[in-house]
Amino acid sequence: MKIAVCVKQVPDATVHKRIDPVTKRLDRSGEGALNPTDLNAVEEALRIKEGQGGEVVLVSLGPEKAMESLRKALAMGADRALLLSDEAAAGSDLVGTTVALASALERVEADLVLFGQASSDGDGAVLSAAVADRLRRPLISQVASLAVDGDSVTGKRQTEHGYDLISAPLPAVIAVSDAINEPRYPSLKGIMGAKSKLQETVALTDLGVDAERVGEAGAQTTVLDLGAPPSRGDQVKIEDDGSAAQKILDYVLERRLL
Amino acid sequence: MARPLDFPPAFGPLDAIGAPTDAPEERIEVGVLVVGGGPGGLACAIRLGQLLEEHPEVRERLGEVPVAVLEKGKQPGSHLLSGAVVDPRSLRELFRGRLTVVDLPTYGEVPGEAVYVLSRRSALRIPAPPTMRNHRNVIVSVSQLGRFLAEQAEALGVTVLPETAATKLLVAHGRVRGVRTGDRGRGRNGEPLSTFEAGSDLVAGVTVLAEGTQGLLTSAAIERFGLQGENPQIWALGVKEVWRVARPLRRIVHTMGWPLRTLGGYGEFGGSFIYPMGEELVSIGFVAGLEARDVEFSVHDVLQELKTHRLVWKILAGGERVAWGAKAITEGGFFSLPRRFSAPGLLLVGEGAGLVNVPRLKGIHYAIESGRLAAEAAFRALQRGEVPSRVGALDSYDEAVRQTRTWKELYEVRNMRQAFDKGFYVGGALASLMTVTKGRMPNGRFPTHPNAAAPLVKTDRASRYPKPDGKYVFDKLSSVFASGNRTRDDQPSHLRVATRVRRPVAEAWAWMCPAHVYEVGPDLGDGTVSVTITPSNCVQCGAITAKGGRLTPPEGGSGPEYTLT
Amino acid sequence: MRSLVFLEHHGEELEKGSLGVLSKAASLGEAAGVVLGPGAGALAARAGAFGAAKAYACEDEALSAPLPQPRVDALSALVEKTGADTVLFGASVLAADVAAGLAARLDAGLNWDVTDLVLSGGDLVGKRPALGDTVLVDVGWTSSPRLALVRAGVFDPVESGGSAEVEEFGASFSDFSTLATLVEQTQEEASGPSIEEADIIVAGGRGLGSPEAFSLLEELAGALGGAVGATRAVVDAGWYPYSTQVGQTGKTVSPKLYVACGISGAIQHKVGMQGSGTIVAINKDPNAPIFDFCDLGIVGDIHKIVPKLTELVRNRQ
Repeated sequence: MKIAVCVKQVPDATVHKRIDPVTKRLDRSGEGALNPTDLNAVEEALRIKEGQGGEVVLVSLGPEKAMESLRKALAMGADRALLLSDEAAAGSDLVGTTVALASALERVEADLVLFGQASSDGDGAVLSAAVADRLRRPLISQVASLAVDGDSVTGKRQTEHGYDLISAPLPAVIAVSDAINEPRYPSLKGIMGAKSKLQETVALTDLGVDAERVGEAGAQTTVLDLGAPPSRGDQVKIEDDGSAAQKILDYVLERRLL
Repeated sequence: MARPLDFPPAFGPLDAIGAPTDAPEERIEVGVLVVGGGPGGLACAIRLGQLLEEHPEVRERLGEVPVAVLEKGKQPGSHLLSGAVVDPRSLRELFRGRLTVVDLPTYGEVPGEAVYVLSRRSALRIPAPPTMRNHRNVIVSVSQLGRFLAEQAEALGVTVLPETAATKLLVAHGRVRGVRTGDRGRGRNGEPLSTFEAGSDLVAGVTVLAEGTQGLLTSAAIERFGLQGENPQIWALGVKEVWRVARPLRRIVHTMGWPLRTLGGYGEFGGSFIYPMGEELVSIGFVAGLEARDVEFSVHDVLQELKTHRLVWKILAGGERVAWGAKAITEGGFFSLPRRFSAPGLLLVGEGAGLVNVPRLKGIHYAIESGRLAAEAAFRALQRGEVPSRVGALDSYDEAVRQTRTWKELYEVRNMRQAFDKGFYVGGALASLMTVTKGRMPNGRFPTHPNAAAPLVKTDRASRYPKPDGKYVFDKLSSVFASGNRTRDDQPSHLRVATRVRRPVAEAWAWMCPAHVYEVGPDLGDGTVSVTITPSNCVQCGAITAKGGRLTPPEGGSGPEYTLT
Repeated sequence: MRSLVFLEHHGEELEKGSLGVLSKAASLGEAAGVVLGPGAGALAARAGAFGAAKAYACEDEALSAPLPQPRVDALSALVEKTGADTVLFGASVLAADVAAGLAARLDAGLNWDVTDLVLSGGDLVGKRPALGDTVLVDVGWTSSPRLALVRAGVFDPVESGGSAEVEEFGASFSDFSTLATLVEQTQEEASGPSIEEADIIVAGGRGLGSPEAFSLLEELAGALGGAVGATRAVVDAGWYPYSTQVGQTGKTVSPKLYVACGISGAIQHKVGMQGSGTIVAINKDPNAPIFDFCDLGIVGDIHKIVPKLTELVRNRQ
């Protein structure tokens, strides 16, 4: 079984994040880390591999330095990494990202494509569904547990209303939530071995992607302006004179929060 | 009067020594093992990389991993913090024929300097004492320098192992064999969680300890091999912030005097530094000896107090704090150096080995120099026909260290730090005399006293600290947040401290700690109180070790994530 | 602006969130509702009351399970048929997948987590908070149709009393769209919402004074239909389980209402809950930092206020 795990480098959680006022994009110059939920996807892939053999391939889109973050997943046990890195892909919106990532995935020809449900920097939770459509593969998202059985996969999908158990034939696209597992620590031998694993960086032309379809050029959404969010409104601070409970209730009822 | 020394933890340095426990085939073997990805350890790794590049036949014999560097932080640089104005001479030597200073990540040469003696309302500019002249030195973020040095090391074939703590020094038959790395994935009570990953025995021909201030294995090695110096080691605590400022600062500034109290009895010795980092950033820090006696003495809050001075306000006003961190600084000087810097299979490097020049406010270039010399000694011991763990095989390192300019410089200022035990003015006068006579007068050996031995007093120190406003003056928890610390909460505590102590001791720990780790708990009725500990706040500064407890490394990858400090 | 609004339904009910989006769309231009699945026709008729002049329904059996991919087929056919220039979704697990799939299918721009939509010189502009809601980004589209996922619950449905003409349409499905199948559906267990999903969180800190005081919070949370959260300090002290910890090293939550009891408001806690819609703080220390970023601050005793509030909430029901 060949499993592709789509992973992304995001600004480290500890980095003081800012949006570049000129490019209006998130400033990614600081410390990077692997997107937290992607580690759950890597863990799940490794467990499947341990259960039935196969290969785990990391697939990513990002600047060249993103490979450093991918190394952590290699240290956990992934077999190799494919990073699509191209200046022309910077500033891609959902459609551009989908086009680029799908091309990389087509090259890997995986039986199973795993995503972390959402990235900590974009947080749209939308990429897996877009890629599934582009690859013309069945999709199961928000998966809290996963079973691979022969040539089909069954995922427990968490929704607002409960759980849906969904089954699909392979090849399929799955997005996992962080409820699915607890990612492992890389072992010392894993960290030592990570550097020598195959780490391939390719450009758009290597995958035959038209540069016009990705990056700023292909973007169909734009950022027009940055501003301060509306203030929280007037703050009310009162000393309890015995009526505080009633005042709280009135306050939340007035705002229709119950 | 209560002394922290009287409440030792149930943990001694020798508890960090053990024999290899993994089965021989399970052990991970490397050629040279460097513990600590700071300037000293990485300089050692780089020099080894250079030598092995030039001598492939030696490299061949050292196996798959000729040189490995262990780093407990998320990556090299994550736990590095300093001023820092660096004397570039050791970097120049390390990269001779390969790189020059302009290739390094610096903020350029010191543009100018000023030294002030402060009082609450005034700032008296004085000529810079000779030890504090920084002409031609360069300003760096040591955290950024560490990342750069790690890249250089990796390019030379060195294996850097981040998020890996060394928790035990492996000693067998009187020889250092390597280290054991820490377990990961244990719960609060030590129970293995589902993600549990046991540590490993890492064995090496030569083990280089470059742990920096308060190294656990370094202190274990000093104890185990009887390497203690003539004076006990002492430390200061430095707390710093990095600010994005509205107007560029065009000089480096050092201050002495206020907010410290200059009378000897308080044990308040130290000063501040304010360095520009390019046009936009300013690094500001306060360093004070950990012998301070008032239970409410808090370097974190003294720094906040300093910021209310007009001199500082003019520099920072309109700016924004972008980083914060803290670190203990080894201050004992010449007479506190270990007797030897080597033992069979072992080399001691950098600040952990005491190589800091307090009057010059410098140690990074000593760390780099000692790292380079350690590499050369290790390389000699790895030649065919030599056994690195043979007694005496690493002696050339001790000889080399003693022939450096570093050694001479440390000797000249050997009594200067201790002179300030007599207060700021008497100390200052004695220090001037020592400077003029290059240390010949007054002669002899001034003693040091362990920081934890200072009897505690209560003089209402805290009433002077300004109230935090979250914008200019900060509380400790906001500062910890700014350090990028995201330590997993549900891991076992890595802090070894007595939890039943007399109230002043608990109070002193609570105030001393810049990261709000210790709190005074309930009164236990017999004149003692319990100590409440929040280990996940810890930024591993090491002050607690100086003040009667013991910092050990938490799970690898824990602690602050410094990027600018 | 001629928009289609995806009206999600659960059982016999149209989701309130998507009706809110419909009302908003109707206020900006011509809006049509879309309901997909068996029984869609009857549900679609209700869209008129919320501002839709027209409503489309597809009753195909392939749309009976709440799966996204067949819905992408149906919607893309409808976009083509109607020439709509905008397709709007109220965010949900299902809607996010449908919107993203449709974006890929139509090569159309999708903006998500939109909290407001305005017309500016004839162009549609979305407002999207970013970086933990500290920045508000104006987003636009350069192509047609424009797709947007609206943050759950930001628009209230407005009953306009109108009626919609319902038009049924047929759809054909891509070969891969129907490969995923629903095996089984389980409703949420009745034990109350988890802290990540709860609309209301009642959280306690060290100011509670003792672990026993958490029972007061549990009762209030029970009455409000919410979940109980805790600060790191009390979790560290063993007063409450780690799984409920809110903050930097715990969970990040954004309920509609966050009631902070005895919580000082250190930054480590703040970053985990600052995205909450409304923050009510009760603390006896008038200088607690939480009073700087709550909406309603009460200086007072939790042990008196919380039980009384619980009683008032219960009496109301």
